[in-house]
Amino acid sequence: MSYCKQEGKDQIIFVTKEDHEAPSNAELVEDDPNDPYEDHGLILPNGDINWNCPCLGGMASGPCGQQFKDAFSCFHNSKEEVKGSECIDFFRGMQECMQKYPELYPQEDDNESAPSGEAEAEAVLPADSTSSDSVSASVPTSEEVASGTESPATS
Amino acid sequence: MFKCKAAWNKLAPLARASSTLCRQAGKRAVLRHERTPQFVQPAHMSSGPSGGGGENTLYFVLVGATCLAGGAYAYSTLVGDRERYQQRITEIESRSSKPAAEPSTPAKTQPETAEPLPAAVAEIVPETPPVTQSASEPASAAASPAVEPTHAPYLLIGGGTASFAAARSIRARDPGARVLIVTEEDDLPYMRPPLSKELWFSDDPTVTETLRFKQWNGKERSIYFQPPSFYVSPTELESVENGGVAVLTGRKVMHMDVRGNKVKLSDGTEISYDKCLIATGGIPRNLQVIERAGDEVMKRTTLFRKIEDFKALEKVSRELKSITIIGGGFLGSELACALGRRSADLGLEVVQMFPEKGNMGKVLPEYLSNWTTDKVKKEGVKVLTEAVVKNVTYKEGKVEIKLKDGRVVKTDHVVAAVGLEPSVELAKSAGLEIDSDFGGFRVNAELQARSNIWVAGDAACFYDIKLGRRRVEHHDHAVVSGRLAGENMTGARKPYWHQSMFWSDLGPDVGYEAIGIVDSSLPTVGVFAKATAKDTPKAATEQSGTGIRSESETEAVAGSVAVGKAAPTPPPQQKEDYGKGVIFYLRDKVVVGIVLWNVFNRMPIARKIIKDGEEHADLNEVAKLFNIHEE
Repeated sequence: MSYCKQEGKDQIIFVTKEDHEAPSNAELVEDDPNDPYEDHGLILPNGDINWNCPCLGGMASGPCGQQFKDAFSCFHNSKEEVKGSECIDFFRGMQECMQKYPELYPQEDDNESAPSGEAEAEAVLPADSTSSDSVSASVPTSEEVASGTESPATS
Repeated sequence: MFKCKAAWNKLAPLARASSTLCRQAGKRAVLRHERTPQFVQPAHMSSGPSGGGGENTLYFVLVGATCLAGGAYAYSTLVGDRERYQQRITEIESRSSKPAAEPSTPAKTQPETAEPLPAAVAEIVPETPPVTQSASEPASAAASPAVEPTHAPYLLIGGGTASFAAARSIRARDPGARVLIVTEEDDLPYMRPPLSKELWFSDDPTVTETLRFKQWNGKERSIYFQPPSFYVSPTELESVENGGVAVLTGRKVMHMDVRGNKVKLSDGTEISYDKCLIATGGIPRNLQVIERAGDEVMKRTTLFRKIEDFKALEKVSRELKSITIIGGGFLGSELACALGRRSADLGLEVVQMFPEKGNMGKVLPEYLSNWTTDKVKKEGVKVLTEAVVKNVTYKEGKVEIKLKDGRVVKTDHVVAAVGLEPSVELAKSAGLEIDSDFGGFRVNAELQARSNIWVAGDAACFYDIKLGRRRVEHHDHAVVSGRLAGENMTGARKPYWHQSMFWSDLGPDVGYEAIGIVDSSLPTVGVFAKATAKDTPKAATEQSGTGIRSESETEAVAGSVAVGKAAPTPPPQQKEDYGKGVIFYLRDKVVVGIVLWNVFNRMPIARKIIKDGEEHADLNEVAKLFNIHEE
């Protein structure tokens, strides 16, 4: 049974699970999907890639940022049946660049960077998510890569 | 150009004087020749035109002589200046060739992150003849430390979290951007929260060297945002193909010339910029009684902020027997808990004292602050509440702290965690406004101070459209504001909108996340669930096996770490155990702040409620949105 008490200006309410079972009648304001101020997830409302998305970690801003952007844009715009199949060169360029900085982009032993880059790109495009929180929470693969850039070897 | 300007500057006072003289002479000449202005009564001159003839000549001679003398002076000054300039150039050249002469010990051995950047990077980045525009010619071999860029399209003053977030944002949005970070610290950008939390919980004895910690997801990482290889050497910033981020360490910006768009560093170098960010953060405040207490006390006092402070305090905790922390806010309480946890192993006495009635007294409502204080005490800390320091002396090998109410504490070392003084020294030379209420540089909702100048992080007093003008000293805010400043520096023109959050952990039982204005002087409504044993950060992490911490903006956020020695969670008490819940902070009936008490992964909902800014009649209904009873 819940109870309520007041300590000066502070109100304290204790609630049981049952008390909170009924759905809330609190009203929240409808979100405007085109709000220019709002932060967006990986994909902007106009379809472009948000390179500043926290979910990308430092990928777009590091030394291989340009190669990453080229590869990923190509993949994103790819209309082939096998998405990104024409982007092999870009991914190769990205991989070559990343190999120069093993500290920043630790190489996975089993996978090659190219296919894993594409797999990551796929996982990272839950198309309509506009909330950066949900993107960063629900994208394990890209997070791997992203946090990969952030877990350097001891210098 | 430079010469003309310098010449003009030198001669300006002279020019002004001589022009006044000329003007005055001119005026008199006009009157004499009776070209009187219409509305002036013709003055009855004592001497008519003819009589004035002789005097005219005298005036002309005088003026002429002055001009000649002026011209001679100008000439000699210019020549002297040119000579001095040449001397300075040759001096710089000889200086820069000296370090090149030393066998360049490229740091092939251990490039520690503390080492000056050019040395470390020289080993990795292939040598290209630096294309610098500075006057001194660098020897083409080793990257000599004296050579710096003279122009940076994006100049970031300060090398902390906000600055790094801005650098990343700029690089993401402006392809090929060249970003120069200038910091007076010797370290590359790093994150601050682990210095008072995770690093203390590490099992690794070499942690003070490695500075690595374990995140909530079990993965280890360094406190440095990026390793040295991420950055470009300052000497190559202007030439490297796709641009990059360069860090100039150990240099402080002393003077800012806003009209000329340039800054002057502590070593005399001048760097011009197109866009500039001021992210100078702040320095820890000290108590006046300690400052007046003399060297022996100051030697035994730590003002905790940087990596070196962490290293020093860690050493102290192993070597000394008693540490006293003055301050009951975030830093003081976190350090007290961290040290308290070690106290048993190290045989260390940990004392914490502060003027409030309980830990986090200015943040949490009283009942919760008291509850928290009990928890802190359980971590092994001797907490002295309502303690105001009267004076501090060094006596018989101990630091003696006398409180106003007569209590005395004898200790070996003092940590002062009494707030942060924002670093606004550049305001004077730059002509920027300082906020008198909150301190810091006053900026608008888009974090802009003036046309090409933005401010972010601890030093920014900004206008929050939802919550009003404020200044925030938290990590996530540094990330969010740094990122926003970076976006605006690349033309985004967005106001502060995404509300930043903050968090704190005080031992295994108390962890909370918060957002908005969390000020204990506001009326609050707290909705708590009857607690079960499952409701602690430690338990939550163990059970789900994944992260419980809300994602901070750019970086993985460090959360609490369940370390072996923690005692088994006691069974929840029946009465008034604030195990978990939500606390709303109200201002004029609108929720302006929310604390999620031992409830995790709900920050988006909290953020939404603050953004809406609605008046809710029944906050219990709002609390339902958080599902506090569930994991």
